[in-house]
Amino acid sequence: MAKIVIDPISRIEGHLRIEAKVEGGKVVDAWSSSTMFRGIEVILKGRDPRDAWAFTQRACGVCTTVHAITSIRSVEDALKITIPENARIIRNIIMAIQYVQDHVIHFYHLHALDWVDIVSALKADHAKTASLAQSISDWHNSSPAYFKGVQDKLKAFVAGGQLGPFSNAYWGHSAYKLPPEANLMAVAHYLEALDWQKDVIKIHGILGAKNPHLQTFLVGGMAVPVDQDSQNALNAGSIAMMKELATKAKQFVEKVYIPDLLAVASFYKDWAQYGGGVGNYLVYGDFPLDGSGKAEKLWLPRGIILNKDLSKALPVDQTKIAEYVTHSWYEYPEGNDKGKHPWDGQTNYKYSGPKPPYDFLNTDAKYSWLKSPRYEGKSMEVGPLSRMLVAYVSGHKRIKEVTDSVLKTLGVGPAALFSTLGRTAARGIETLVTAEMLPVWIDELAANMKKGDKKIHAGEKWEPSTWPKEAQGYGWHEAPRGALGHWIKIKDGKIDNYQMIVPSTWNGSPMDDKGQKGPWETALIGTPVANPEQPLEILRTIHSFDPCMACAVHLVDAEGKELFKVKVI
Amino acid sequence: MQQDSLLDGLIQRGISRRDFMKFCTATAATLGLQSTFVPRIAEALETKQKPYVVWLEFQDCAGNTEALLRANSPTVKEIVLDILAVEYHETIMAAAGHQAEKSLADVVKNQKGKYIAIVEGAIPMNEGGVYCCIGGKSALDIAKEVCGNALATIAVGTCATYGGLPAAKPNPTGAVGVSAALPGLKVVNLPGCPVNVENITATVVYFLTFGALPALDDKGRPLFAYGKRIHDNCERRAHFDAGQFVRQWGDSGHRLGWCLYEMGCKGPQTYKNCPRIKYNEGTNWPVGAGHGCIGCAEPAFWDSMGSLYSRLPNVPGAGYQATADKVGTTLVAAAAAGAAVHAAIRLGKGASKKDEKSE
Repeated sequence: MAKIVIDPISRIEGHLRIEAKVEGGKVVDAWSSSTMFRGIEVILKGRDPRDAWAFTQRACGVCTTVHAITSIRSVEDALKITIPENARIIRNIIMAIQYVQDHVIHFYHLHALDWVDIVSALKADHAKTASLAQSISDWHNSSPAYFKGVQDKLKAFVAGGQLGPFSNAYWGHSAYKLPPEANLMAVAHYLEALDWQKDVIKIHGILGAKNPHLQTFLVGGMAVPVDQDSQNALNAGSIAMMKELATKAKQFVEKVYIPDLLAVASFYKDWAQYGGGVGNYLVYGDFPLDGSGKAEKLWLPRGIILNKDLSKALPVDQTKIAEYVTHSWYEYPEGNDKGKHPWDGQTNYKYSGPKPPYDFLNTDAKYSWLKSPRYEGKSMEVGPLSRMLVAYVSGHKRIKEVTDSVLKTLGVGPAALFSTLGRTAARGIETLVTAEMLPVWIDELAANMKKGDKKIHAGEKWEPSTWPKEAQGYGWHEAPRGALGHWIKIKDGKIDNYQMIVPSTWNGSPMDDKGQKGPWETALIGTPVANPEQPLEILRTIHSFDPCMACAVHLVDAEGKELFKVKVI
Repeated sequence: MQQDSLLDGLIQRGISRRDFMKFCTATAATLGLQSTFVPRIAEALETKQKPYVVWLEFQDCAGNTEALLRANSPTVKEIVLDILAVEYHETIMAAAGHQAEKSLADVVKNQKGKYIAIVEGAIPMNEGGVYCCIGGKSALDIAKEVCGNALATIAVGTCATYGGLPAAKPNPTGAVGVSAALPGLKVVNLPGCPVNVENITATVVYFLTFGALPALDDKGRPLFAYGKRIHDNCERRAHFDAGQFVRQWGDSGHRLGWCLYEMGCKGPQTYKNCPRIKYNEGTNWPVGAGHGCIGCAEPAFWDSMGSLYSRLPNVPGAGYQATADKVGTTLVAAAAAGAAVHAAIRLGKGASKKDEKSE
């Protein structure tokens, strides 16, 4: 049976190709391939480790903070540098708003069109849409006139004949289940989110000079001075502006994103049985609450869950990580069936795929630019679902509260989390709890400034002359998409080796030396496909891995009271 | 199907005429035009159809796409839904796979010679272009076909303009910018890592208004955005001139907003309008925040300016001779010559010349 090919996979960052075998209306086999290579690890060799953050940052302009932070942490680990308090808190705020903005953009602008039929929205009754919106949230944009306005704009747009990014898509597909009113509401919020995201990210402008590609990171701290008595430093005005933006961020999450997730989810409960994946979850943990560097002090705890066993979270031992290239376009001198720890990692790139233009990859041989990272030989999923599961099992109070409430409302057990639906629910939970921390951490920064602490950089080891001849270290970070690690070896003040294992590498990896598939490949198997020519369902599961939307059915406030119930109309 | 003019479309979508005029005024400002040009811009947008645009991504990080999302006056919502017909953009489009490929092919065929191609990301040339394939085709082949049949190509970001990060030594994949991959093609270069989105919209509006591409410097960059160095417009220039330099991160000079030259600022050799338009609707920019410019709009900046933190040598007026203790290669002589070339180009070209006369 011929394979179907989806290339380009749209609404992701980067270039992804999926090949799949569909039989009996579902996917029976799948292969994931990254089709673009740049060689950043190669480019870094011989450069100043203090510059590495800027190079690696350009791995991704969507998660534009993550590689910079991880790179700097790897150098700080290698050189044994502890950053000042102000820098620690600033980095937490930067990471938190990145999560919130990135996850919301993902839900509306990357994932939503898999669940929401825009053309159906044209048929919606705007009064009924208003009732729906008001039944799930007290968000102010909810009048019938408002939704009529959105619908009229949509009608004019479609009538213009130039459908732009909505052309040639899957409107009318049988897998779309939302009534027209829910579709119209979602479209309205898609448009509102487009305006919202550029505003709340100004927190990065204040702390990071600009977004995308913040430019205030330093090995040893941050380059943004702190001084309440200076107009050229973070001061009371900066704090006030950040508080306002954080409020705006949190309100949209509480009043628009979460209620929409609940509404959409209620129509797609059957997706709790698809897209489960490998059942192994890896979390490095993040958001250090103090400068100790201890894993117990991470707001998002570190841990591993194997085989969906929620009775315990296992410790993470970075020596057990290895990358395989059996089905990847690289060569290891020791043999392509071997795994290599990133400190000994190599990037000997060698393309052996078909010459373009090609129709199919040779999925029996090497078929991707992604290596296959494995933990103790196991394929691991990373991302918000992994984080929420580990946090839950580790006893994180707030995450447990919100997750329990979601499960209770859905009327399902934890097993539902191991799915496309569960993955999206987890991301919403994570966005909510992270948005709640934004004002807390901004206040923490203000409190530290009030103490008179102006230190933003630990400069004692800034000069390479203060470094040992050789050093090695690693930096870990929980990027919005999952566990991220950089491993560095420094020799004579220059980068001797640099290896990055990126969340998409874990999740999108091809088969390893034992033929074990990666998380995306595994998750796709069993996904229903009503029409192989229009693989909407495959997109749905794939997109669930990228910072993703959630489908919870309830929203719970701080005291555990139920705030809203979704009316299914 | 009857296609409305741009202004008709905007009004139908609830954009008031007042908002529309505000947009034209903002664009005129970005382009460095006097207010007398605003009615001309408005007229151009009122009467023209939504131009077809396809946005290609090659060896990229999507930073320029994300920059587009931060646009204001107009917002990305207005750009993508009201002002331009963006029929292909992998990061935001609903269709995938064959359906996405059809969207691109339809524009190339039905709008041949009339659409604008925007390119983000470098094109790898080694080994027949295997290092970047989309839909089974190499980036080079896609660029040849799509850019080759476009009315004009706009390369956004330093990767698409000059090769950018993938082209940094040792350039493992033979990455180059669009102009180098397709010599002879008419390309406007909007470098920056990523580009400042206001420069993208201003370029498109310039084209719609004047029916021509803006005056470009010798690197293919519009003069309205890249005609002056960071150093020429920098809010900290007074400190540079007075010899007040930050010497250590977090010192009193840093807190007082002193010049970042000694901390590695590449402003004296970088041509871009960051100090004037800043980022995220004027929120901030690197020097304003406290970290030097890294020269991200300059070709090969990852290699040509030394480490981010090494001082540029021999910057005139630094108050003293900077000894090059840990410094990379320098382009100071070329920069001085470049400034002279810039002046010559400004005096020689169309609209810019009118500007000069009326000043």
